[in-house]
Amino acid sequence: MQKSENKKQNNPPKASIKRNTFFDEEIFGTAYDQKIVKRFGKYLKPFKKQIIYAIIAVIFFSISSVLLPLIVKYTIDSALIENNTVDKIFVFCIAAFFVGILINFISGYLQEMIIGKVGEKVLIDLRRSMFEHLQRVSLSFMDKTEVGRMMSRLQGDVAALQEFLHTITIGIGDLLLIIGIIFALFFLDWKLAIMMVGVIPVLLLVRILWLPYARRAFLKSRVTASIVSGALSENINGVRAVQGLTREKVNYSLFDVLAHDNLKAQNKATRYSVIMMPIVDTLTGISLSVITIGGGLLITNGSLQIGTLVAFILYVQRFFDPIRALTMHYSVFQRAMASGERIFEIIDVPVDVKDKRGAKKLTNIDGSIIFNNVTFGYVENQPVLKNISFNIDPGETVALVGPTGSGKTSITSLTHRFYDVWDGEIIIGGKDIRSVTQKSLGENVGMVLQEPFLFTGSILDNIKYSHTKATRADVVEASKAVGAHDFIMKLPNTYDTLLEQRGSNISLGQRQLLSFARAIVADTKILILDEATASIDSYTEMLIQRALAKLLQNRTGMVIAHRLATIRGADRIIVLQEGKIIETGNHDELVSLGGLYSKMYSLNYSSFDDIPDELIKSASIELNEETT
Amino acid sequence: MNTKKIDFSITNNPDSASGTYIRIIMMGLKYKLLLVLGIISIFFAVGFQLWMPILIGNGVENISKIVTNSNQVDQSQFILIGIYLLLASSMRGVFTGLYNYMGESIGQHIGYELRLLYYEKLQRLSFSYHSNIHSGDLITRALLDIEGVSMFVRTAFLRTIFLILLLGIGMYMVINTDLVLGLLSLSFVPFAGWRSISTRLQLRTSWYKLQEKMSTLTKVMDENMAGIRVVRSFFSQKFEMRKFDKASKETLNIANEQVEIRSINISLISTSFLISMGLVIWIGGIKVIQGNMTIGELATFLAFMSILQAPVRMLGMMVNAFARGAASGGRLFAVLDMDPEIKESKNAKDLSNAKGILKFNNVNFGYEGERTLTNINFEATPGHTIGIVGPPGSGKSTIAHLIPRFYDPTSGSITIDNVDIKDITLESLRHLVSVVEQDSFLFTASIDQNVAYGNPWAEDRDVEVATKNTQLYNYIANLPNKFNTMVGERGVSLSGGQRQRLSIARSILLKPKIIIFDDSTSAVDAATEQKIRIALREATKSRTSIIISHRLSSLMHADEIIFLEFGKIQERGTHEELISKGGKYSELYELQIRPKVN
Repeated sequence: MQKSENKKQNNPPKASIKRNTFFDEEIFGTAYDQKIVKRFGKYLKPFKKQIIYAIIAVIFFSISSVLLPLIVKYTIDSALIENNTVDKIFVFCIAAFFVGILINFISGYLQEMIIGKVGEKVLIDLRRSMFEHLQRVSLSFMDKTEVGRMMSRLQGDVAALQEFLHTITIGIGDLLLIIGIIFALFFLDWKLAIMMVGVIPVLLLVRILWLPYARRAFLKSRVTASIVSGALSENINGVRAVQGLTREKVNYSLFDVLAHDNLKAQNKATRYSVIMMPIVDTLTGISLSVITIGGGLLITNGSLQIGTLVAFILYVQRFFDPIRALTMHYSVFQRAMASGERIFEIIDVPVDVKDKRGAKKLTNIDGSIIFNNVTFGYVENQPVLKNISFNIDPGETVALVGPTGSGKTSITSLTHRFYDVWDGEIIIGGKDIRSVTQKSLGENVGMVLQEPFLFTGSILDNIKYSHTKATRADVVEASKAVGAHDFIMKLPNTYDTLLEQRGSNISLGQRQLLSFARAIVADTKILILDEATASIDSYTEMLIQRALAKLLQNRTGMVIAHRLATIRGADRIIVLQEGKIIETGNHDELVSLGGLYSKMYSLNYSSFDDIPDELIKSASIELNEETT
Repeated sequence: MNTKKIDFSITNNPDSASGTYIRIIMMGLKYKLLLVLGIISIFFAVGFQLWMPILIGNGVENISKIVTNSNQVDQSQFILIGIYLLLASSMRGVFTGLYNYMGESIGQHIGYELRLLYYEKLQRLSFSYHSNIHSGDLITRALLDIEGVSMFVRTAFLRTIFLILLLGIGMYMVINTDLVLGLLSLSFVPFAGWRSISTRLQLRTSWYKLQEKMSTLTKVMDENMAGIRVVRSFFSQKFEMRKFDKASKETLNIANEQVEIRSINISLISTSFLISMGLVIWIGGIKVIQGNMTIGELATFLAFMSILQAPVRMLGMMVNAFARGAASGGRLFAVLDMDPEIKESKNAKDLSNAKGILKFNNVNFGYEGERTLTNINFEATPGHTIGIVGPPGSGKSTIAHLIPRFYDPTSGSITIDNVDIKDITLESLRHLVSVVEQDSFLFTASIDQNVAYGNPWAEDRDVEVATKNTQLYNYIANLPNKFNTMVGERGVSLSGGQRQRLSIARSILLKPKIIIFDDSTSAVDAATEQKIRIALREATKSRTSIIISHRLSSLMHADEIIFLEFGKIQERGTHEELISKGGKYSELYELQIRPKVN
């Protein structure tokens, strides 16, 4: 906690913990953006009925709130001063007052309830549509986006909009009340009413002068807060590296600076918001003295009754309260617009891969895969795959081999329709994959990724994953098949052992085996497998190799293979280079062919990925020289 | 892996709430100046606030006298009251503004303080804590719970004093004026108080539940996005949406519950207030008719009540702030009170100038009753390399994590230059020892700042040398912004091998006496690794190195190789010795290198 050790400690030249480096004031500064409010309104549509009820409740609430001081006036003027006995009028007035309270209670309660619940539901719907959209946008978008950043949109920004909804409904209620009060004032005495309403232009003027300063202050406060949050999150995510590299002190003093900036900005923003209190209260005071002096004069003239004066006094308080609250609303609006912008930015990300209209289900397939003249890439005019054609027969295992960037991963991603081809077609079970539903494609094409990703939850649930219908017996059988059963049984709660975040309580090799078992439970006709390069040590490699064989039994397999053992075990090998197929055949055929594969093989690496790029380059140069 | 289960769950104990409040208030008491100014302002605000109904009553009284007695009109009387009213109201505004500012400011200072405390605590909590808690959970606490406590202080701390004073002095005044009417006008107070307390309790429980459910929802969303490829490859979007909907529905239910509690509470409190007002008019009206009271006095009561209206409506918000403050404070203090498992001994000394002779003496390690390391003994000396190899789960990484005290051994000792590492200050120990992890975290910062992460005062030249040694320099030099290129979010995405090389550079820049490579070249190709090894050999000549690897070629040349299995050392010796021995090591060697021999 030492704040200052020496100068050096305070100014490390190569250190910064700020994540947010820029903020666009155009986006973050406005308090009203019609486009955003309009789109936000769409989420209210399903609640038309509730909103109508809420509006009725708000109207009743405002009317009863305006009526109560009026009843007080009549009680004083008619019952107390004029008649001066406990007669019918007095009883009637008191009864009316209590009826007014009852209406006020019921409508107030309903208004709070309905608006509160609709607000919560809208919030959830908004988050849901964002989340659902993220399930469909292209993978290249997801790859670029950091999870933490997306989370802050899903949580923080959505919460800001909820706050907005709450404020706007309170605001509407307040506005109705103010209008009602103005009506009542004019109804009671227009001269006094004009004197009181006269302060409103002054208030507006003050606000106009105040706004630009307050706006900047509120904005600064929010921006610094978000910088602090970013720095804090990053430190939590990287806490191991922080401790391992003993950056605690440096980070702490840097964080102190950021947090202190935030404190200063917050303080300044508060000054701007509390300054409105004396201003509004001075105006209240002006109104009150105008009423007392003016009212007094009018009464002495005999043109005003005492009860009316009392009612005016009661109205003054109700009148200025909401105006004071407006100060706070401004910063809520500002925040909501920025948040809305960020939320709709996500919802507007285009979806590339969609089901065609009338897409059919892919059923009863034989397991064949055909690539017909497929061209594809991620960046325009830079194809990664160039006019590729090949067939894989049902039940066949094909290994894709080639140096980094040769297009192996693109082929597997296309087969699974993570992306659509630029040109050509991919046919599975006799059908172009763009003509079938994505869901049915997924039921037929399974995939095991290079990095096994597991979810928080039990091992059982992880192996089942989306196949919730699978029984425990299915899971055990699958685990036995891939050789995961033994280690699972050794865990404290066997299949019910809870995995921690990302499965960090079991080893990488074990995670890999679980992801194999998961694929077996999914039981697809076609399996695409991206073999792990180094995440599994050689010791468990044997286990994995056996599991692999089991996994590919009775299935069509497309394997991005790295290990020689896997490659040799494949029925056929497709060798890729720079997006083209250059050789195909089984191991022995390719070796005797004397092409790139045999060159790579003769370099004697146990994994092709271990071969440095220079060696591959020189091998292909040699090959070219031989052929020419 | 290899962590001790510790209890980090938050006990939902309603009794602890008062303790939480006391702690928060104690934090607030530190800001004496703000507090004193705030309380002084409150006294003035209450004074001016209560002066207003008296003035209004006087005004009405005067006017009614004119009407009833048709006395000589004394206009100066009105004007004086008018001016007093203006003065009272604007002064009320000034002091209300002041005490609000003081309250906000104390809350903001506490928020700032908590942020620092939390930050500092998280940096000190041991690995075992962090592996047992979801990082999303910690972030939620940092963002929402600190805000919850700060909001409690800002909106409820001074305002409670204000409200108590206002009601207390107001009560004295009105009861003095007229006992019956005074009691009537405040008759809503016990009811409102009771409602507030019971609502606070309900809301607090519900805030606890909501925060927990929000954490679950966060986890679902976080994992969905982090594992997006799994989701896509299983086409399990629908399944994921169901998970989301389930978690989402749970939060909605609790949120709705809160809405119900809040709505009924706010409505009941303001209704009770209005009923009191109705009673004042009723009974007061009768009194006026009977001649026991003047219109002016009745107007004073009504004006007094209209002044109470705003604070009464604030009650609902304050109750919510109280409830949220307790729930958030409880969750925060649970973290802040956590004792780091790894502590320095009292007379720990700085061992910055150690030679780096590392010894493991009968080290055992276990968690949850399961032993992961048994009787580990070895010695590593400067200029020498120890290689550790073995199947996954054999305890290799645990050995690496014990040396910088990310965890402590269950029994046995680890010494550096014959000093038990528990007697060395953590800072100097971790300067002495550097572990390069397999999957290390890179920060959202420039490449330059990432390489210099452990020593941000490093010279540009040092950073260049470190990246040259790890074969990363050429790649960086070809980037448009070179060393200033950002890593992560808005920057380049590095491959697994490049990330590993950057983290090696990060460690060797520190020139640690003991450097441990924990499978840190797994994604680097063999030839590049070879180049790095040759470069590092020079750089680590006088240092103690430990290489943990699955790839035998990475550690074949070590001075001693340890073959670890089931947490025990099964074989040890040089490569040649182990090969000629024909045990498990040579079996592994056959498996990995044979294709070469073929």
